[in-house]
Amino acid sequence: MCARLDTCHRYETPEGIELELILAGPLVRGLAWGIDFSIRAVAYILFLFLLSLLGGVGLGLLLIGMFLVEWFYPVFFEMRSGMTPGKRIFGLRVIHVDTTPLSWSASLVRNLLRAADFLPFLYTAGFFSMLMNQRFQRLGDLAAGTIVVYTAPEEEQDVRLPRATARPLPWPLRLDEQRLILQFAGRWDQLSEQRRSELAALLAEFTGKSAPPEEVLLAHANWLARGR
Amino acid sequence: MHQQQFEVRYASLWKRLEELLTALENGNARESRRDGAGFPALYRQVCNHYALARSRCYTPDLVTRLHRLVLRGHRQLYRAQKLRPWIIIDFIGRTFPRTVRLNGRLFWLAFVLFFAPAGIIGISAYRDPAVIYSVMDQDQVARIEYMYDPLNRKTGRAPERTSATDVRMFGFYIYNNVSIGFRTFAGGIFLGLGTLLFLLFNGLFLGAVAGHLSHPPHAAVFWPFVSGHGAFELMAIVISGTAGLVLARALLRPGVMTRPLALRRAAPEALQLIMGAMVLFIIAALFEAFWSPSSVAAPVKLGVAAVNWLLVPLYLLRAGKNVKVSLYSGGSRYR
Repeated sequence: MCARLDTCHRYETPEGIELELILAGPLVRGLAWGIDFSIRAVAYILFLFLLSLLGGVGLGLLLIGMFLVEWFYPVFFEMRSGMTPGKRIFGLRVIHVDTTPLSWSASLVRNLLRAADFLPFLYTAGFFSMLMNQRFQRLGDLAAGTIVVYTAPEEEQDVRLPRATARPLPWPLRLDEQRLILQFAGRWDQLSEQRRSELAALLAEFTGKSAPPEEVLLAHANWLARGR
Repeated sequence: MHQQQFEVRYASLWKRLEELLTALENGNARESRRDGAGFPALYRQVCNHYALARSRCYTPDLVTRLHRLVLRGHRQLYRAQKLRPWIIIDFIGRTFPRTVRLNGRLFWLAFVLFFAPAGIIGISAYRDPAVIYSVMDQDQVARIEYMYDPLNRKTGRAPERTSATDVRMFGFYIYNNVSIGFRTFAGGIFLGLGTLLFLLFNGLFLGAVAGHLSHPPHAAVFWPFVSGHGAFELMAIVISGTAGLVLARALLRPGVMTRPLALRRAAPEALQLIMGAMVLFIIAALFEAFWSPSSVAAPVKLGVAAVNWLLVPLYLLRAGKNVKVSLYSGGSRYR
């Protein structure tokens, strides 16, 4: 249901249906990275404080800890739920291009290649890679075959059409045109009265002049959804 | 059928799928086992409903609701495999050495890119003590000369070395060396240029040091110290380079595939190489931190080094050779 302009990822599953997901762009991913970076920085400081009490052994453990966190922090979280804490805050999730959950192999590839994406500083290579393909993939994503998408909001708000007497369409409409009317009616409560009539007036030819155009559209929408 | 009839008829079915999905997502084993067998059929049925709802142009909210169910179902049905211990054992025992052999030509290319500059600068640094200053400055040279000074009580990194120092150095070797290996691999995505630079640079650096320290009095300390872990560490560097070159090959010679597709196909294999290299780096770090600086007599150290230099190539050449398994085992996932 995305327009061609939208940053939408479509994938046809083996069941023959098309799944649609909204891709996450460089800005939100950068912010998520920033949060993850802060979490790591705090963790390092805590490590440093606790392990410095242990002397040389503590320093050794600190270095091993830093190695693990630096390279495998995202892998750990991505394999648990598909999202690092930073991504969770922004509602992002890493998945395969075919929309299936991330595999170990893909997660490791995309996170080891961070080293390349980071070059020459602050993910410049990754940024240009994201701008240069349709799915906002950085180099690691390209190699791993992964994308970062928005998770669907957990609670669906039940958008019900406002009730009105159903009214048949004056002539058959294409599917996307029907959908347009339904979407207009679905947004009924979010639009101001003036905006409703302003939008509906665009279809004056279709609605005729017998009633306010927005009322007519709502009646058609009710017919489409219920009365047919 | 209009939308209301449709919703009334199938609401209970959607609800059942939703409950099942929640159970699966929360790892609720009992409930998902009870209904788990019916899940794929149920999921496909709802896929069908979703397609119908779309083509019949039902209200967007119904379509969205079904879409969300279908997405969640898809996530559960095509879930990734869990990582099990035997996969790791199988990987070290068979898959990794086999993948190295499968990419033998790139392995030798990485080998030459690393050892050729090392050998050339090594020989000239051995002949001319000034050569080492072309790859490092005076302070660094003084430091490495001091490290391998026979007058140090415990040789290696510092004279005041204790067992706590050993643990610290172990951490350092893991942090530093494995990270270098990972960067060597990652550099492969820039058409191999990054890998090339890392291999050449490390080759030059290590070769110069080795050549420079091969004179008495340092030689008697240097070679027993480095030879033990060298077998693992140098092979690990070369295999990291091979992993990078596997990516580069996919980009430079994609064959009939598009470049992104070729890259994606090559990535799991490159990953196997770099993960194996990581294992070798860790073994090398254990040797370098706890064995190499120990006060064992030099001939014993050299003897162990000889065994290592025999075992590592033997492992890479022979391990997993006579076992019949299907190609592409080891969890690599092509998509």
